[in-house]
Amino acid sequence: MERIQSFEHLKQFYESVKYQTNMRLHPLNQAPDFVQLPEAYRKESQKRHVMVCADTGCAASHSIGIADKLEETIARYGLQDQVIVVKTGCFGLCSQGPIAVVHPERIMYTQLKAEHVEEIVRDHLRDGHYVEHLLLGAREGAPTTLYDNVDFFRNQVRIATRNCGVINPASLEEYISQKGYLALGKCIQEMTPDQVVETVKQSGLRGRGGAGFPTGLKWGFTAIEKEEQKYVCCNADEGDPGAFMDRSVLEGDPHSVLEAMAIAGYAIGANMGFIYIRAEYPSAIRRLLSSIEQAKEAGLLGANILGSSFSFDIELRLGAGAFVCGEETALIASVEGNRGEPRNKPPYPASKGIYGKPTVINNVETLANICPIILNGPEWFRSIGTERSPGTKVFALAGKVNNVGLIEVPMGTTLREIIYEIGGGIVDNKQLKAVQTGGPSGGCIPARYLDTPIDYESLQVIGTMMGSGGMIVLDETSCMVNIAKFYLEFTVEESCGKCTPCRFGNRYLLDIMNKITSGKGELEDLDRLFNLGETIKQASLCGLGQSSPNPVLSTLRYFRDEYVAHIQEKRCPAGVCTDLLQYHVVPELCIGCTICAKNCPVQCISGSLREPHVINQEACIKCGVCFTKCPKKAIIRK
Amino acid sequence: MSTVNLTINGLPVSVEAGTTILDAAKTVGIKIPSLCYLHLPDVDVVCKSSSCRVCLVEIEGRRNLAPSCSTTVVEGMVVKADTARAVDARKTMLELLLSNHPHNCLFCKRRESCELKALSAEMGIDELPFQAPVPEADLDTSNFSIVRDTSKCILCRRCETVCTEVQTMGIYSGVNRGFTTRIDTAFHTPMMSTACTFCGQCVAICPTAALTEVDNTPAVFRALRDPKKTVIVQTAPAVRVALGEELGYPVGTNVTGKMVTALRRLGFDKVVDTDFTADLTIMEEATELIHRIQNNGILPMMTSCCPAWIKFLEHKFPHLLPHLSTCKSPHEMLGAVIKAFYAEKLNVKLDDLIVVSVMPCLAKKYENNRPELSDGKYPDVDIVISTRELGAMIKHSGLQFRSLPETDFDRPFGESSGASVIFGTTGGVMEAALRTAYETLTGNKLDRVEFEEVRGFEGIRTGKVMIGDLEVKVAIAHTLRNARKLMEEIDAGTADYHFIEVMACPGGCIGGGGQPYHHGEMDTLRKRAAALYSADEAKVIRRSHENPDITRLYEEFLGEPNGHLAHELLHTHYVKRNKH
Repeated sequence: MERIQSFEHLKQFYESVKYQTNMRLHPLNQAPDFVQLPEAYRKESQKRHVMVCADTGCAASHSIGIADKLEETIARYGLQDQVIVVKTGCFGLCSQGPIAVVHPERIMYTQLKAEHVEEIVRDHLRDGHYVEHLLLGAREGAPTTLYDNVDFFRNQVRIATRNCGVINPASLEEYISQKGYLALGKCIQEMTPDQVVETVKQSGLRGRGGAGFPTGLKWGFTAIEKEEQKYVCCNADEGDPGAFMDRSVLEGDPHSVLEAMAIAGYAIGANMGFIYIRAEYPSAIRRLLSSIEQAKEAGLLGANILGSSFSFDIELRLGAGAFVCGEETALIASVEGNRGEPRNKPPYPASKGIYGKPTVINNVETLANICPIILNGPEWFRSIGTERSPGTKVFALAGKVNNVGLIEVPMGTTLREIIYEIGGGIVDNKQLKAVQTGGPSGGCIPARYLDTPIDYESLQVIGTMMGSGGMIVLDETSCMVNIAKFYLEFTVEESCGKCTPCRFGNRYLLDIMNKITSGKGELEDLDRLFNLGETIKQASLCGLGQSSPNPVLSTLRYFRDEYVAHIQEKRCPAGVCTDLLQYHVVPELCIGCTICAKNCPVQCISGSLREPHVINQEACIKCGVCFTKCPKKAIIRK
Repeated sequence: MSTVNLTINGLPVSVEAGTTILDAAKTVGIKIPSLCYLHLPDVDVVCKSSSCRVCLVEIEGRRNLAPSCSTTVVEGMVVKADTARAVDARKTMLELLLSNHPHNCLFCKRRESCELKALSAEMGIDELPFQAPVPEADLDTSNFSIVRDTSKCILCRRCETVCTEVQTMGIYSGVNRGFTTRIDTAFHTPMMSTACTFCGQCVAICPTAALTEVDNTPAVFRALRDPKKTVIVQTAPAVRVALGEELGYPVGTNVTGKMVTALRRLGFDKVVDTDFTADLTIMEEATELIHRIQNNGILPMMTSCCPAWIKFLEHKFPHLLPHLSTCKSPHEMLGAVIKAFYAEKLNVKLDDLIVVSVMPCLAKKYENNRPELSDGKYPDVDIVISTRELGAMIKHSGLQFRSLPETDFDRPFGESSGASVIFGTTGGVMEAALRTAYETLTGNKLDRVEFEEVRGFEGIRTGKVMIGDLEVKVAIAHTLRNARKLMEEIDAGTADYHFIEVMACPGGCIGGGGQPYHHGEMDTLRKRAAALYSADEAKVIRRSHENPDITRLYEEFLGEPNGHLAHELLHTHYVKRNKH
């Protein structure tokens, strides 16, 4: 791409490319002023755009190969002048991947395999018929056209993920076609650093990494520091189990983060930025590295951006996979090349951050909100979401919900809307039991709080936290004691070991949890859990330790009966904790086929042919083979 | 400095801004327990890892408890250190720390000085609600100075902080995570193979027995009980003002006379004074300095008394080794002179002669094993023990130290000047050298022998002294962090000095790794230094070149300073070592 010399030049360039991708947002018949569409738009729109998700999720199901095969096949059919294939970011409906969307018809094909390519090219791209059996919803018997009219998409508001699924993240031109770098240009050219800080303050944007600290305040604290050298740092050390919001933004829209970092640099007076990203995100790392190069070549990063006196450079720092490095002081230590361990605050990074210099540390999703705020104004941002938590939040929706994937909803959306409208309800129509939010630092929200509007404060009131956006839906088959134990195991593994309460305390909490799930618990253990958990929360050095007992404490608060059942009745109500399970043959249902006895690996099932069988509980190892093999469902688990 | 007003346990407190809650509480007689915290303000040693959480207090308006060691006071702050919430949390922290700590306190090296044990008594820990398997003792006995036993480590991080921030060596770091976290060398390398200088500061500040010195007292007892052996002991300047602490004396008491008697009663055949060879060092070093200045030699010249400093330079700045004085350290000089000269006088075969040094230092335990410091067959010094070990030997032998009479060192190595006594504190060698250099070069007598500008605990001190027409510029550094700064100045070409004194330990030898534990009390170092300066003042002879026994030694044996024999016996060379 050519080097952009000035803001004017950038605006001209934007005018020349803005139609390239607009169609993907506005199909022809819904485009504004359809009749007066400029020539350029119409020319672009004569082509079909096939958007193939190349995000890690779909790529793991071979979407890259599908995209390549699409191109080959299109060429074979001689359609290369009429169709372009675009590898794009995440659409969010990850459970249906690999996904491809055809514009302008807005047809979404799901669960694609290489063998489907021929059909799509021939029937759809050449002949103009949809391939019905691959349409979104076809497998559930409800094929859908105009994919973004379905509940999953319709109820979302995409700000941070606005370009994911819309542009080719490898193309700077496509990013600019969606007003990319116009926000940076506007800041440098038309705003003072103070005005930028003020705008972010007024927007009410709060840190999306978990704690929800107002971003504008953070910038302001760093801006007033007198030091010559300051830094901007993007926290891309996304570590919650099952969370991948930040990865999707980095893979699907890397420039939006780079641009926002430069804006932050301009606002606080920094000329250097670091992206602290975990090494487990190789494709995001590759994408970022090449995007930084692109932006530098185009004069949008590096020395004298857009011909101004403002310079800003960005480097990557790779994390080695420690969860605690998402904590900002541990992150600083790691960026500096030291062992990733937190330290006492204050001093806060705003005054003493990387290499002891004032540093703004923002999470990826926070930064992804910056450019739209600059372009559309703080009032626009405040009009979305709630009073105290404006804007949207991206969640990685997982667990026993039909539509597993990535969603972005306005703050204040209720769990019910997320689970039953966007998420499409619980798998197999089972009963919802709880929703886990906030990952290892969060807690479990029981089903009775389904109508709680989600924002930072309301989640804290009910004993959990927003966290970075993990959201795991649990149904009646989930054991809450076991879930709490799972997260505790994670924290025990990930504790840096620096402070006493986290290093020892969590381990001893886990010992008690193991005691309970193996049927050796006593009622006093519940008090022990509570007391030790509270002490760990109040005494730990960093946010990891201070929140680590949350999964235990919140389940103890809402699902005490399950703990009591484990302890007093030696029973796991959800049938998950193997030590407490018993398999029994229901004599009335057993036909004496002997299949269970033949398959039992420890030969603990006895009985004659055509006679009800019996399981020897002493010898049973609870492997569950009999349970799955019984043709008459005569074996029950309790 | 502005004043901040707050309340602690309801009491009004006014302290300087920047004070921690822990220190503010002390001003109104409240001791908040602490463990990982360490602060020696004058020498700029501080550990605020805030990791042990034993000093937690409640602060009104804050959700969580705050570590008082690293939380600074704020105007209007309401601190509650005595609420059930704070007290219980602190107690729980200690219970957690004790939960996998070995319980064999009866047999532990630190049974009398363990800070963990003291704290659990103070806080009334009578039973353990948590218990985990005690880790197996993981010993590093690879070297001559320091023994590491990670099973006793409570991860206070003091050693790591001191090694990395004060000494800039970074030998230790946390490794692994969570429950399996431990402090270790890089790649679990044995200490002997690291760049460790063996300064022993990690041992000096370890609250438990995770870091202790290599115990050489059995070897000394063995030698003393062997009728064939003649055992000669020498004591360093800093030992006499610290040994009393091990034996119930107030800090800063000079116990020289009783110490000499005790050593005799322990069975040493001769008790001599390293101060004597401190004077000898000055004769040699001042001569060397004058020679370098007059002959355009390599300058600045740097002192060579401190073995940890030498090893630091060998590892980190090997290209600067030619700046080091070639003088052996005083106790090695004395060892060499005893074996080359005195043994014959005593009519003792070298096979039957054992020289023991009592040192405030752990690096000396490594130093006497350096091959350069021997005549090829017999090391100049055979065994080194620390001040603490001497204290232990006195106790083991049932000597009632307080009731011992005071006696003098044995001649001819017993006489010493005031200049040699102050070798034990930072700036002392410099001052001693200046006294002699001034008077020998100018032929004039100093009206005042005190050079105030080189005294004190400032990390780096510089001064200028007019010696005749020559303005001699000097610099003094203690702790390796400050030594490193000076070396970087030399590398940058900005160091304009003739003579540099470096001591690796904070405060010099009085703060050595082999001294009685100071437990973070700055006053201890101050009083030890003051005791040395008073000992200097009390001496009739204040200048090394006026020590009559030194003059006699040159006349009878050595010839002249820097002469042929002096070179052979009293000087050494250095080796380049790997950076890590």
